[in-house]
Amino acid sequence: MSEPVDEELLDVTVTVNDVPRHARVPARRLLSDFLRHDLGLTGTHVGCEHGVCGACTVLVDDAPMRSCLMFAVSAQPHRITTVEGLGTQDAMGPVQQAFTECHGLQCGFCTPGFVTTITAYLDENPDPTAEEAREAISGNLCRCTGYQNIVKSVLRAAELRQEAKGQ
Amino acid sequence: MTTSMFGAPVARREDPRLVTGNGRFLDDLGHDALAAAFVRSPHAHARIVDIDVTDALEVDGLVGIWTHEDLPGRVGEPLPLLIPHPTLTHGRTAYALAKDEVNHVGEPIVLVIARDRYVAEDVAQRIRVEYEFLTPVVGIEMARDATALVHDDVTDNVSAHMLQEVGDVDAAMAAAPRTLELDLSIERSACMPMEGKGVYARWDDDNGELRLYSSTQTSTGVRAAVAAKLDLPLAKVECIAPDVGGGFGVKINHPWPEEVLIPWAARLLGHPVKWVEDRREHFTSSAHERGQLQTVKVGFDDDGRILALDVKLWHDNGAYTPYGIIVPIITSTQLLGPYKPGAYRVEFWSLYTNTVLVTPYRGAGRPQGCFAMERTIDAIADELGLDRTEVRSRNFILPSEMPYDHGLLFQDGRPLRYDSGDFPASLDKLKALVGWDDFAAYRAEAEAAGRKVGLGIGCYVEGTGVGPYEGGHIQVETSGRVNVSTGLTSQGQGHETVFAQVVASELGVPLEDVHVTTGDTRRMPYAVGTFASRAAVMSGNAIALAARNVRAKALRIAADALEVSADDLEIVDGDIRVKGAPDTHMSLGTVSVMSNPLRYAFDEAAKAATQFAGSNDPSKPPVADDDEPGLEGKDFYSPTQATFANGMHAAIVETDPVTAEIRILRYCVVHDCGPMINPMIVEGQVHGGVAQGVGGALYERMVYDESGQLLNASFMDFLMPYASEVPVIETDHLETPSPLNPLGIKGAGEAGCIPVSAVIASAIEDAEGFPIRSMPISPVELWQLRQRHAAGDWPSLARTRHTPSSSTQTQEDR
Repeated sequence: MSEPVDEELLDVTVTVNDVPRHARVPARRLLSDFLRHDLGLTGTHVGCEHGVCGACTVLVDDAPMRSCLMFAVSAQPHRITTVEGLGTQDAMGPVQQAFTECHGLQCGFCTPGFVTTITAYLDENPDPTAEEAREAISGNLCRCTGYQNIVKSVLRAAELRQEAKGQ
Repeated sequence: MTTSMFGAPVARREDPRLVTGNGRFLDDLGHDALAAAFVRSPHAHARIVDIDVTDALEVDGLVGIWTHEDLPGRVGEPLPLLIPHPTLTHGRTAYALAKDEVNHVGEPIVLVIARDRYVAEDVAQRIRVEYEFLTPVVGIEMARDATALVHDDVTDNVSAHMLQEVGDVDAAMAAAPRTLELDLSIERSACMPMEGKGVYARWDDDNGELRLYSSTQTSTGVRAAVAAKLDLPLAKVECIAPDVGGGFGVKINHPWPEEVLIPWAARLLGHPVKWVEDRREHFTSSAHERGQLQTVKVGFDDDGRILALDVKLWHDNGAYTPYGIIVPIITSTQLLGPYKPGAYRVEFWSLYTNTVLVTPYRGAGRPQGCFAMERTIDAIADELGLDRTEVRSRNFILPSEMPYDHGLLFQDGRPLRYDSGDFPASLDKLKALVGWDDFAAYRAEAEAAGRKVGLGIGCYVEGTGVGPYEGGHIQVETSGRVNVSTGLTSQGQGHETVFAQVVASELGVPLEDVHVTTGDTRRMPYAVGTFASRAAVMSGNAIALAARNVRAKALRIAADALEVSADDLEIVDGDIRVKGAPDTHMSLGTVSVMSNPLRYAFDEAAKAATQFAGSNDPSKPPVADDDEPGLEGKDFYSPTQATFANGMHAAIVETDPVTAEIRILRYCVVHDCGPMINPMIVEGQVHGGVAQGVGGALYERMVYDESGQLLNASFMDFLMPYASEVPVIETDHLETPSPLNPLGIKGAGEAGCIPVSAVIASAIEDAEGFPIRSMPISPVELWQLRQRHAAGDWPSLARTRHTPSSSTQTQEDR
């Protein structure tokens, strides 16, 4: 058997939402599980466990990545941002705000992955067309919305960011 | 503002928590729980000879391993058959853990519980199961041939055979001037919610009580089933559906094996236990739907009026029938859509195969029925050289004929009787929206540029809001906070918002004061569940009735206190006031204080209701004989029959002349679900339904090989649409009220996906000039059809005889 019968635990410290967070976990602990179960940041969801659906997308040094395809130990040198780091219920970030205004979600399970993905996208492309917005979200699966209102949310988020800048 | 809440596109109450990562889905709970994993059968059909766990026992962190022989009493008995039917003569259900035999890949055999899921999977991997192979039955044809059997004692693989006939089909068919026959097929797909199933159970040893969380569409159903299986009093079991990451039907079946085993293990171990389904498990161990073969024979006159319709269908029900034969029953009844079929006969056989079981998936048999009917109407139009919308019009049930009774029994065991609908008006709207009459010019333009385009249409009627009942409970706190509960569950439909809108309108309170709880048996133990587009109709009306009770009580108490007639009072923004004299008023919160005579003052407001506050009449008891304390009300809504929503879709597709790639250029929807509580949410439901329909029409299929292996059991291989595959959806609405319920509403949840395969088939057929009889269709399959067509072994549409221009040209091009 190649599987370890007993597992060595490692001290892992990862900067999540600007705070250094620590836990003792095995080397094979996925970043998604580390965030969700060791740190209690359950906003990051796991939909397929193999990097296809995008629900587990977090920002690694501001770039969107699948946390289900990354080990917690390998995240140590990086800054991780989860959906919890992009706003709160009382002070939502622009992408979060846009989703609530445009009915960009139904069950909400895939939403955190979209919010992180779109946040990174708008940093690079602050003023997308509808077509570009659709392209930007076409790596994430949603089974509820048919995407139309997510496209709308991307455009609205771009507006909200512009408005915030103008103030 | 409060009175206009009903019908307003208000933003959803649930969104702020969901967009900030504060939702609480099943796996967000219970971080201290032990984790379960399963050894599942890798074979489609086999006898279990031996299970060897020796190698697994040394894994650090293992808590326990159980097989069927370890399961006591009812836990070890077959799972219940939820919906018996007289024609389901050979219903079979699985065991929570397989006993002796496995009947599909993914069937659970061994339960493992360990410190965490990683360890549980390590253990499962070390368990050796020895099998003796049996012949797997895969596909409807093989099941129908019955050369091999799924269950030894079901000698023809038929679980149910059902026949319904209205009128004399043989006579009407014989007398019909024209007839056509069609062979049709639809492949399997699945609900595929982004969150799989999951169960988390806590046993409270001090009180002998079980608290169970399940990602389910029916918490009351799971509660009752688990209490029965575990031999616990119902009062000692509570079940809560937390935030649920999509359902689309698969989470209505219950109890799933895990819903029995996880609570059982939690009680046995005295420790919380959780199981969260992984994606592969969801593919092979939950449920699929859609797979059917159909034959249609139709008799009609020279004007295209249907005189006789004779339908046979063979339904693949997978390995077991825990949810009965609801799907083929719905296909066989809802197939009729907005049309009068003349004499109608439908006969179906529900067949066992060694594949994962089949339970309803959004649309629940309707997409298949709609496909059969709409292909038939298109074929009639083609045969006669008539416009496809004209043939539809000529067969429509008219508004003047409502209510219209088809003379059949529907899925709820009640008459298939349409309550309302204006099909001609819907069709007019759809034709205007898509530009039906301008399409010929558009096509000519496209053809001149070397492009192939086609226009398709599909119409459906959907029985929604089936019973038996739902309930609503409303309680107004002394602060004016309004607590609303209903027992059915939510999977993204925005119930917290729409039910709050209903209450805000009925009671006259601000929306933000209303707080809705769904799917929690502690709050509302009587409920059925969320399926069949029923939540708004059933719980919406129950809650409206409950709100009216609360309103009546509030007005009675306030009228007493203000010494006016209740008729002279109105409630505006949570304040009860005299109409025309708003200075004479009291808040709903104050009425709540007065409704509950107190001995103890817990705050300033409560003081007013205490016994020495001087407001009581010593000649009467504090609570009247026919009254109850508290400003609360409860009611139930139980309809005599379903209410029937309808819709019509049209699409323009383009097929690549070389690669046969299929692109949807436009997709138009006209939808009528009666008055909409929240049009934004209805629209969202339509969008999502269409997207799933597009998946079912062009991309999604379950690819089983002949040994019963599901070859595409992952998101890499099962192609669900991304944003790049879903067209912009253009919508228009009709709001024909239902006469059946107080709010006049109809259901909307499933509508979007029902006609999509029919519409896309219609459009591809129109683009290509030859019939499309099987869905989904991939570019490869379309390309192969073109080859066959060019070789002369796939027919052209008859329209080539009527208008020999475009299609023959296409054929020559090849």
